[in-house]
Amino acid sequence: MAILIDETTKVLVQGMSGRIGRFHAEEMIRAGTQVVAGVTPGKGGTTCLDRPVFDTVREAVEATHAQASLVFVPPPFAADAIMEAADAGIRLAVCVTDGIPAQDMMKVKRFLRRYPEHRKMRLIGPNCAGVISPGRAFMGIMPPHIYEAGRVGIVSRSGTLGYEAASQMQALEIGVSTSVGIGGDPINGSSFRDILELFEADPDTDAVMMIGEIGGPQEADAAAYVRDHMTKPVVAYVAGLSAPKGRKMGHAGAIISAFGESAQEKVEILAAAGITVAPNPSALGETVAQALAGRVAA
Amino acid sequence: MDIHEHQAKDILAGFGLPVPQGGLAFSPEQAAFRAQELGGEMWAVKAQIHSGGRGEAGGVKLCRSDAEVRDFAATLLGKRLATRQTGAPGKLVDRVWVERATPIARELYLGFVLDRKTERIMIVASAAGGIEIEEIAQTDPASLRRMVVDPAVGLAAYQARELAFALGLGGGQVQQMVTALRACYRAYRDLDAMMVEINPLVVTEDGDLVALDAKMSFDTNALFRRPQVQALRDRAQEDPREANAADNGLAYVGLDGDIGCIINGAGLAMATMDMIQLSGGQPANFLDIGGGASPDRVVQAFRTVLTDPNVSVILVNIFAGINRCDWVAEGVVKAYREVGMTIPVVVRLSGTNVAEGQAILRASGLPLITADTLAEAAGSAVAARPKDAA
Repeated sequence: MAILIDETTKVLVQGMSGRIGRFHAEEMIRAGTQVVAGVTPGKGGTTCLDRPVFDTVREAVEATHAQASLVFVPPPFAADAIMEAADAGIRLAVCVTDGIPAQDMMKVKRFLRRYPEHRKMRLIGPNCAGVISPGRAFMGIMPPHIYEAGRVGIVSRSGTLGYEAASQMQALEIGVSTSVGIGGDPINGSSFRDILELFEADPDTDAVMMIGEIGGPQEADAAAYVRDHMTKPVVAYVAGLSAPKGRKMGHAGAIISAFGESAQEKVEILAAAGITVAPNPSALGETVAQALAGRVAA
Repeated sequence: MDIHEHQAKDILAGFGLPVPQGGLAFSPEQAAFRAQELGGEMWAVKAQIHSGGRGEAGGVKLCRSDAEVRDFAATLLGKRLATRQTGAPGKLVDRVWVERATPIARELYLGFVLDRKTERIMIVASAAGGIEIEEIAQTDPASLRRMVVDPAVGLAAYQARELAFALGLGGGQVQQMVTALRACYRAYRDLDAMMVEINPLVVTEDGDLVALDAKMSFDTNALFRRPQVQALRDRAQEDPREANAADNGLAYVGLDGDIGCIINGAGLAMATMDMIQLSGGQPANFLDIGGGASPDRVVQAFRTVLTDPNVSVILVNIFAGINRCDWVAEGVVKAYREVGMTIPVVVRLSGTNVAEGQAILRASGLPLITADTLAEAAGSAVAARPKDAA
């Protein structure tokens, strides 16, 4: 199986009644995802895309046994929506929303820790493209047709650069087990390391493409994990070689504010951990192909 | 979002941080009047711009008479001050802060930041104040003390005391330090700050703690619930192109090269800039059109990029997920006609509705250079530059 989601995952969409939420929920259904319900406070009792809409996540979970939720809620209310999902027993939330205040995310991370392991919710994002297990299911905003089903995992901070990797791999007929966007915010639900652990344990994933960028400590953490614990080959790329220090490059988290946070430094850290780093963003696909060939040869 | 020193001092004083008495002046005469009003024999006159390093750039002076205050204010006001942080041409000084000079016995450093590893607010303190934190980290890293605050509990008194003792404070100063730390922490938390820096926090010759400088910056994502912070925004201190772009939903950062970039997604934008550099060119800017960009937003992106006179070619690179290639293509065509394009435009479209987008570009009959891959797009943009620019 893939990681995080597959064709058996029952998904609800928080904010499905909105224009953007509806558009992407439709895409998800078309790609075979089991979208079972929507949640929009005040719209309970109505339907959207032939699915029931509920006022609260709790009601939606009771009625549909949804296990996962895609959060399409505007920034001022998104943190609350994530906490609502966790409290209602959702096990996986994917939050696409960009622009959530950092202190709201501090609160969310603390809140998620209050639950015991057997009912703890995993959060992907916010400010991410979502999760796709090609041919099986997807939760998010990515264009599903660029993903070939296969055996390489992708984990990327950036959404669009994740697409770039998938389409370069598709051109070389390399398929994807699951692609995960972890998002561009300074505080996110799941780190590179969290997702690498899942890929390492997944029997259907042979290798992982990891796409980082400037800012924050998560690439270095991932490098240490790969060096000490991973048996599968990991190929990486870090965006922002030409980014100036101290300037925020679009993503709230893409800013070089400490030692070890520039692209050059991260590339060195990753390479020192034995990770193959793609020489340029147009060589993502071929670098994965080389890693796979090396594995076959070995 | 950054604010001025005098605004930060005002906010922090409201939370209980001791700051020197001072006043704001927009003219040399007003500065001299402020000095008279404050009384005393010596005043610090400080240029107010959104930057550190003002002292070494000549923006701060201790003055001993009203006349000296007036003369120094006159040298600052209406002119641009370039610091190590701003670079040339610097930022416009339209106001100065005049405060009673404080006799200094010791200088300390105090900073509050979001620590991305622990995902909590972290206090950084050092007994070596008065110099930049980056410099302290290089020359005297052992002097740096770090403390992480549990958001559920807030800054505990014992944590503040530990820091105070570690910085070598004693007697009544310890309680003063607890008060100062809590003031900064509460201001950070209650106003959605991203950074509070007191450098230096001084021990006066009388043994009291006073914040001689203060810097705050705020989480732009939280401004919707902080109108009092939003009101402190000074657009004159911001890069006008970046500020205008942000007003139009575009993230723009000006750079030194000549290849104008219009991209969707921050990661792809950075990667495209990297690819341009690896292909032998230099990006003129970072620009992310954001998600769900309408044709009009794309037109706005063209206008923003073209405000930079160095731009000699434009590269549009879109990998649409939440965006739509047909909307982007419409925007490209519209922009091309509306602005009377005179420089080459390279367009690479991929993802959602790509066929429709490409059809729109073809049907336009415009001399657009199209590319299928990232490498091809960057290579075409570098090759399309006028020969004299290369």
